[in-house]
Amino acid sequence: MMDAMNMSTDTNPDSYVTDDGRTIGGVVMDLKNITLRFGGVVAIKDISFDIREGEIRAIIGPNGAGKSSMLNVISGFYKPQEGEVWFRGKKRPPMRPYQVAQQGLARTFQNIALFDGMSVLDNIMTGRLNYMKTNMLQQAIWWGKAEKEELENREKVEKVIDFLEIQHIRKTPVGRLPYGLKKRVELARALAAEPSLLLLDEPMAGMNVEEKEDMSRFILDVNDEFGTTIALIEHDMGVVMDLSDRVVVMDYGKKIGDGTPDEVRNNQDVIDAYLGVAHD
Amino acid sequence: MAQELAAAGAFASIPALLARNVKEFGNRPAYREKEFGIWQSWTWAEAAEEIQNLALGLMALGIDKGDHVAIIGRNRPALYWAMVAAQKCGAVPVPLYQDAVVDEMEYVLDHCGARFVICGDQEQVDKVIEVQDKIHHIEHVVYYDKRGMRKYDHSHLNWYHDIQEEGRVAHHRLEGEMAEREAELDYDSTCVMLYTSGTTGKPKGVVLSNRNIIESAKNSSEFDALSPGEDILAYLPMAWVGDFIFSLGQAMWCGFCVNCPESADTMMTDLREIGPTYYFAPPRVFETQLTSVMIRMNDSGDLKYAIFHHFMEFAKSGVGEKYGMPKRRLAKPDLKRRVKTVWKYAMGIGFAMETIVENAVRLGFAKLRYGKNVRNHFKAKDPILLNLYSGNLRDYFKYRMGDVLVYGPLKDTLGFGRIRVGYTAGEAIGPEIFEFYRSLGINLKQLYGQTEATVFITVQPDGEVRNDTVGVPAPGVEINIADNGEIFYRSPGTFVEYYNNPDSTASTKDEEGWVATGDAGFFDKKNGHLRIIDRAKDVGKMADGRMFAPKYVENKLKFYPDILEAVVFGNGRDMCTAFINIDLTAVGNWAERNNIAYASYQELAGHPRVLETIQEHVETVNKSVAEDEMLSGCQIHRFLVLHKELDADDGEMTRTRKVRRVVVEDRYSPLIDALYTGKSEQFIETEVTYEDGRKGSIKATLEIRDAAVVNSSQGMAAE
Repeated sequence: MMDAMNMSTDTNPDSYVTDDGRTIGGVVMDLKNITLRFGGVVAIKDISFDIREGEIRAIIGPNGAGKSSMLNVISGFYKPQEGEVWFRGKKRPPMRPYQVAQQGLARTFQNIALFDGMSVLDNIMTGRLNYMKTNMLQQAIWWGKAEKEELENREKVEKVIDFLEIQHIRKTPVGRLPYGLKKRVELARALAAEPSLLLLDEPMAGMNVEEKEDMSRFILDVNDEFGTTIALIEHDMGVVMDLSDRVVVMDYGKKIGDGTPDEVRNNQDVIDAYLGVAHD
Repeated sequence: MAQELAAAGAFASIPALLARNVKEFGNRPAYREKEFGIWQSWTWAEAAEEIQNLALGLMALGIDKGDHVAIIGRNRPALYWAMVAAQKCGAVPVPLYQDAVVDEMEYVLDHCGARFVICGDQEQVDKVIEVQDKIHHIEHVVYYDKRGMRKYDHSHLNWYHDIQEEGRVAHHRLEGEMAEREAELDYDSTCVMLYTSGTTGKPKGVVLSNRNIIESAKNSSEFDALSPGEDILAYLPMAWVGDFIFSLGQAMWCGFCVNCPESADTMMTDLREIGPTYYFAPPRVFETQLTSVMIRMNDSGDLKYAIFHHFMEFAKSGVGEKYGMPKRRLAKPDLKRRVKTVWKYAMGIGFAMETIVENAVRLGFAKLRYGKNVRNHFKAKDPILLNLYSGNLRDYFKYRMGDVLVYGPLKDTLGFGRIRVGYTAGEAIGPEIFEFYRSLGINLKQLYGQTEATVFITVQPDGEVRNDTVGVPAPGVEINIADNGEIFYRSPGTFVEYYNNPDSTASTKDEEGWVATGDAGFFDKKNGHLRIIDRAKDVGKMADGRMFAPKYVENKLKFYPDILEAVVFGNGRDMCTAFINIDLTAVGNWAERNNIAYASYQELAGHPRVLETIQEHVETVNKSVAEDEMLSGCQIHRFLVLHKELDADDGEMTRTRKVRRVVVEDRYSPLIDALYTGKSEQFIETEVTYEDGRKGSIKATLEIRDAAVVNSSQGMAAE
């Protein structure tokens, strides 16, 4: 369903094939020397890294390291004071969040941001808003173009529902769902937007082992089936190391490591940041 | 034989019946499946084409006559088609339980020697691939759901639709041979091979011929006057003989529509959307539904609560049986009947409105007096105008009124709005549960059967339904009861043989065709209905020679909503003891209501107040067991509540959820010793298997309690 989004990367000299048979293409998003300040507080200090087509890129770090701020920079919600965001080979001008969404970015939130009173189906339908052209009046009358449009979009949404196996809660109001399922609905809404770059802010926070396993499976499946590039923030080290192709490690707004999970695991700075270091 | 063929109208195989259905009902829906939130449907003609293409595709892959084709997955039209397609090629479908773990699957796949395996999705394919390391005769694996399959090695792996496409292309080349193979199918050729759930030991492959399936389907369809207009929901395991008979045998014979749910989780919603007219469920499903209705009623408003109980009491007084049961359907309702229906409901609606208004006013006053406690003091009443009528007419109108207010909406919520015939079997059903559904006007009946009989041994005819019997012999079935109480039968549905197991065949079926059921029972002298006591081999003797029938006591215990499962011991001992499993839904809800905090199943199961409640149940059961002179020795002296649910993944139960007594005895032997040595608690560590096959262990110290028993000779309670 999202094939159209896949850029042809065959010609890219940087592209390579992973052990499990996925093709990782060239750079999709390049963050250059990003610095983000809130008044006197420096949240992100001169960070550069890139995200490549088709990979799962994790951002990790202790609490307050600036991970969520970083994600907000990527999603265009925060505008960094210094540095540039390059997306698909072009420098990205300051944009409103909906414009970013139109470019093929979608995200989930650390604290679930769903509409509690609406059904799962309606919530996921909101993910399709960018694809709907009819206005409110037309939709209210639900005739002709509006009807056709809704049916088309509903079909896409149903495919996402099927993919994430949430058929049984299709008509349930989101407010009544347990936490793990809400997270899955959030992922569904993000997927409904058919993103080429998916940002996940702590998709597994507060889940039990089984729910984490399910969620990991879904993240891998999304990446695998649709070729969606994924950037995620996560605290659970086991999950991060298993899922991601490359990891960025942040601490106090600075980048202290970048590389494959193995490289990061053996990086002394990273170990120090996580385990603490003896001061003598 | 010639006579039988004539009776079946010369349709001696499922493919032949399919061809007839295409001719007769070509444009009527044959299969429906909910996919992407919409019920997709296939007419008989479309289904036949799908089947034809798949069969040709399988021929192109080189399927031979007599090959076994294993079919694994949840109920989907595509898999039912696969079974018929296999038959068209002269092969034999072997449906397997989709939730079987790899070891179980390995045994069955090895035993049947399947060259072809048709899987529903990736999960099943993974299991088959794992098995393939050890079993080398599997040549081709076909899967239906493409998800996650992209990166698999496709040299011996095929997508269902690709096979169909291949068949479509090759039809000129292969159609002739397939028609030949199809024509060779007769009443004696094998229709299907089904594996028994294996309550004792390894599963056995039961070979059923076309005669078995078609004769059974025909007899049972005529017995209940099933028509092409029925709708059924196919949700029971495909490997089970019942599903094969209902969703394939009877569906093909009558030409009715088979509906498949979207997923196992959506079964209840789908049930409601389809509103089947013919339905089968094991007692457990009815039990779960009743429990959830009762829980939701407890949470409802005071007025609703009062009215619900008022009308349920009324319906249970036997009126439901009298006025509620659905009539045999006419092909098309005539004008007279339509007017009658409208009149019936108009009366009902009028009285119903009056009931609501009157009771709401009364409830208002009651609330002023009792405040929050009103539920315990307020009872709903009939409307005053109903007093204009008396006797039968009054009951009739009141039932119609209840239909509008309670029974109708409730049936609709449960998905039983259109049900005409419903069956339950497999286990004894609790009298309360049975009565509840029947009083709602659901024609729920019991049948007794087994795989070897192609389901039907006895069934309850309309109007002769009882909770404690399983009915009269089904059409065409002869029954004989041996001296030790074991039931033998002979019927057109009697199986051909156990595959590759002549010893078992010989010990089960004699030369004259009589089959031992392994169950003990007797015919009720009053009404000629069969009553089952227990498995014949489980009926034993206690140390002092009294009869020991564990199932009889276990069933009585299981009728309590709090008790999910019970295992009674006592063969050759001087007293009976029991393991009990609590029902997490019912007990959990009770705990919530009584402010009892618990963190896990284990903690809840060991809670002193839970134990007290269970003890009360056990003692009540003891009293009722003591009433029966023959079985009074089976009263439970000591019991414990298990810290984990008995589970099929641990081998403690079969996939059809019957307790494997030997396994339980073995796994929990320290607990049994403790029950008989008078200890008051016992430590146990148990290995458990998770759904994905990994192992873990649970430790617990269980409290053992003594229950009061009734001394039957003196009729006095003794400790």
